[in-house]
Order: sequence, then structure tokens, then C-alpha cells
Amino acid sequence: MAGSLTGEERRTCLLILGVLALCALGIAVPGRWDPIGVHGLMVVLLCAGAAGYLLLRLNVPEPSPEELSGYYDAPIKVGVGLTMAWAIFGMFVGVWVAAQLAWPDLTFHQAWSSFGRLRPAHTTGVIFGFGGNALITTSYHVVQRTSRAPLADRVSPWFVLFGFNLFCLLAVTGYAMGLTQSKEYAEPEWYADIWLVIVWVTYFVLFLRTLARRKEPHIYVANWYYLAFIVVVAILHIVNNLAVPITLASAKSYTVWPGVQDAMVQWWYGHNAVAFFLTAGFLAMMYYYLPKRADRPIFSYRLSILSFWGITFFYMWAGSHHLHYTALPHWVQTLGMSFSVMLLVPSWASAGNALMTMRGAWHKLRDDATLRFMVVAAVFYGLSTFEGSFMAIRAVNSLSHYTDWTVGHVHAGALGWVALITFGSLYTLVPSVWKRQSMYSNALVELHFWLALSGTLIYIFAMWNSGVIQGLMWRTYTENNALAYSFVDSLVAMYPYYIARTVGGFLFLLGAIVGSINIWLTVRRSPASQAAPGVYDRPHDLDPTPNAAE
Amino acid sequence: MNFEHETLVAFSKSWGLFYLIGMAIVVVVYTFWPGNKKKFDHAKRAVLRKEDRP
Repeated sequence: MAGSLTGEERRTCLLILGVLALCALGIAVPGRWDPIGVHGLMVVLLCAGAAGYLLLRLNVPEPSPEELSGYYDAPIKVGVGLTMAWAIFGMFVGVWVAAQLAWPDLTFHQAWSSFGRLRPAHTTGVIFGFGGNALITTSYHVVQRTSRAPLADRVSPWFVLFGFNLFCLLAVTGYAMGLTQSKEYAEPEWYADIWLVIVWVTYFVLFLRTLARRKEPHIYVANWYYLAFIVVVAILHIVNNLAVPITLASAKSYTVWPGVQDAMVQWWYGHNAVAFFLTAGFLAMMYYYLPKRADRPIFSYRLSILSFWGITFFYMWAGSHHLHYTALPHWVQTLGMSFSVMLLVPSWASAGNALMTMRGAWHKLRDDATLRFMVVAAVFYGLSTFEGSFMAIRAVNSLSHYTDWTVGHVHAGALGWVALITFGSLYTLVPSVWKRQSMYSNALVELHFWLALSGTLIYIFAMWNSGVIQGLMWRTYTENNALAYSFVDSLVAMYPYYIARTVGGFLFLLGAIVGSINIWLTVRRSPASQAAPGVYDRPHDLDPTPNAAE
Repeated sequence: MNFEHETLVAFSKSWGLFYLIGMAIVVVVYTFWPGNKKKFDHAKRAVLRKEDRP
């Protein structure tokens, strides 16, 4: 890692660490009687550790001129490791909270392990930890390859990667201490939010500067999706997290948004987090890694542009469908509902574009589990966007809202689409970046695929059943116009589904562990690719002599 | 200016509609502009190149 930086760059890193440590000290000392002090101390220690690592390696030889002029892949390699580590952490906590719903004693009567604290640790771990690291890592890879230009500099990629992981760490440790600003998917408190703004603006500038150095005349559509992801997440994050801390020595803050405006801003943020964090960037992966792996150009480039602008403009208005039957003005609810239904068009255009890319190459799915990951992800993308549009209709929402159906829908998207496309992309990226012939074991990729798919199916079928039963029980009236079931009656009816959901999640977690082991073995043991260095950019998992098979 | 709920609703229901239609037209024209075809065809094939140096 340090060996990929020049001496001057290593000194710049030390300077940044020093400034950050001073800032952290500035909140650790006055905030020593508050959880914010714990976080301040944590950041000081992390900076000291990183500085120690660099200081011990100041004399490591600098990279050669040839390395300096090539693609900068060192942060991608670290990013892959962080992605898989957060996947295992986030999914483990997910299985744990799922099990708590069936067996409440699994909190072990500790405050930090109560459902209310572990649940955001799960969502932050998988969405930001796993998903965010996957997005940053693949964006570094895709922007360099499609622009035929190396990253614009060699310090800011590390700043963005580690800065983002520091944010995730502040978030998760904060929950354990009971810190939250009570906004779903935006729980971290004000100081972590400010830190993320700095990191995110750096990311945006790095991405733009890299694109500006491109040797291709046209910016490939995958980069548009990454840019939309970076720009819109910055806007959403800043607006939704506008808050005033009670003092600078306290973690506690209050939002500037009042009442129903707060609800609207929160769900404008929340739904666009789904759109631009969990969709746009992953579509970018799909538009690069799927054609690459299938060795077929995307079916229609024009369609990819139309669906890009469709998704970008429509999603912005869909958030209010989270607030049907609330104090939000009726017409705003209707607006959100209409745009959600319209979203089906660009969403299915993207999913269809991916599937049509496979024309004439469907036989490759039989043997190539990596490609199958991505194609099944596109199918789940199509299914869950249809389901989302459907559930946004007010009448359907009256049945589905507040039930497990919502949870099932989210996981159809998160497991079936986001995680599967990520694993498919990583299995394409890893042999390419580490210059290996193939993944260490195709059998393990195959095993991961079936664990992930069966886990997802068990999970979402359990939640569909559970959600619809819940919704129906809550709206069943007796002849005397009284509710037929108490809330606890519906809870008892959920018990078998909660157990099934835990099993499904556990299978998915097992798959992620298998995938991590396989990636580790690929890095350590897989033979290097045979092609001469410098002319090779394609994993040949199944077919060491690709031309012979064509 | 009287900036009330009704004003905002009127604005959203009129201009909100027109600018979205306007943007949609711009995007469709850009996508199907004949001069862009060559650029798009090159872009969609260029990602399949196999070299690994900038």
C-alpha cells in the first residue's frame, strides 16, 4: 500500500492524518463526558495507527515510472477486502436481528445488543459498508478502464476509501452507544455527517478530474451512473442532515426541519438513497461488468441513455409514496405515487437492456456462475422495481405499509439485485486486477451462487407470506365493526416466517463467507495470467484460450 | 411576493409539468441525433477492449 505512493505522497498522507487527529482531539477533550469524546479518542488512535504504519515504511522503495504511468489499482485491492469484510459483518448482524425477532432472548439483556441498536448496525453495515465500498471500489476500476486514464492523483483515492470507512465505523460504534438522530438510513450524528461531506466532495472532485483526463471522446454510460450516484448522494445527505448540535461538546443534535416537512425531506432522502445509492451505482456495474463478462456490447446504447435520464428525473419525485395516508398534502402523495408507477418504464428498460445483451450468449450461463450472478441480478432488478411501483399505489400501500411485505421488497432488491450484481462484478474484477488466470475455484463461485439464490428466495417468500397475512389481520373486522385480531395475534402468526427468514439470511451470509474465502485464495494461490503484462484485461475463468472456443 | 402553499401548488402543477416535458424532449433529441450515432457505437464497443494500460 505505502509502496504504491511516492515519498512526497506519503508525507502528504501524514499531514492529512495529523490535521484529522488534531480536529478529533478538538472534540475529544471538550466532549470527554459524552459519547462524542469516545469517538474523538477513537479517531485520534486510528490516525496514530495509520501514521505509525506509514512512518515505518517511509524508506520502502518508490514505485517505478512504469507503475506510475499505469492504472492505479492499489486502492481497488484494499477496497475489495473492505467490501467483503463489511459484507460478512453486516450480514451477520442481519441474521442476528432476524433471529432476535423469533427468539427475543438473543439480545442477552445488553443495551448495545438490543434490536433498536443492532438493526441500524445491520442496515449501515450492508448498505454503506458493503454497498458503499463496492461502489467506490468498482467506480475506481470502471472509470480508469473506460476513460483509458489512471486516477487523477494517488492520495485522494485513499482519503475517500478510508474516510468513508471511518464514517461507517463512527456510525456503527455510535449505535452501540445509543447515538442516533432517528432518521432511517441517516442515523449518524452531526460530526460524522460533516466528515462524510468532506469525503464525498473529495470523491466527486477525484472522479471529475479522472474523467477530464480521459482518452476516449465519449464518457461511457457507466460513468454517468457513478456520477449521478456521487452528485445526488451529496445533495441528499447535506439537505437531510441539516441539524444543530446542542453544544459542540455533545453528539446530540436537532434537525432544522419541522414536522411534516421533516418527514418529507427524510423520505425524499430515503427513497433517493434507494435510487442513487442502491440503484444508479449498481446499474453502472451492470453496464460495465455484464458486457465485459459476456463479451458482448450492451444491446442498445441509446436505450441506456434514455433509461439513465428517466431514472434520474423520475426518482426525485417518488419519495412521498412512503407517506401515504399521513399529514402530507394529498396531492404530494399522488405525485409520488404517479412518478413511482412511471419509474417502471426506465427501470424495465435497463433490466431489458441487460437481458437482451445476452442474446446469442445464453449458453454461457450454464457454465459461468459469475455471469449468472449478474443476469439473475438483472431479473431481480426487473422484479423488485415492478413490485416497488405496485406497492407505491395508495390502495396497495394501505395493505402493505408497516408490514413485512416492505421488508421482503427491500430484500428482493438488496439481496437479489444489489448483492448479486456486486458479487458478479467482484468475481470479474478480482482476477483482472490481481492479474490472475481465473478465480481460485469455480466450484466455490457456483456454491456461492446457489447459496445466495436459495437464501434470497427463502427470505422473500417468507416475508411476502408474513406481510400479506399481517396486513390482512390488521384490517379484518368482526360483525360488530371491531378489529378481529390484536397486534399480538398477528405477531404469533409471524413466528414461523421469522424463523424461515433467519434461515434464508443465514444461507446468504454463508455464501458471502464462501465468496470471501475464494477471493482470498485467488489472491494468494491462483496462478498468474499467462498473457504478457500490459496487454491483459480479461478474466479467462472457463476458457484459457478464448479464441479457440468462439 | 406572497409565497404560500397555494402558490407552490400552482407552480408545481403548471411549470413543473412543462419543464419535465422539456427535459424529456431534449434527452430524446440528444439520443437520436444522427451525428451522435458513431460516438455511441464506438463507446459501446470500446469497453470490450482487452489492453490493460492507459
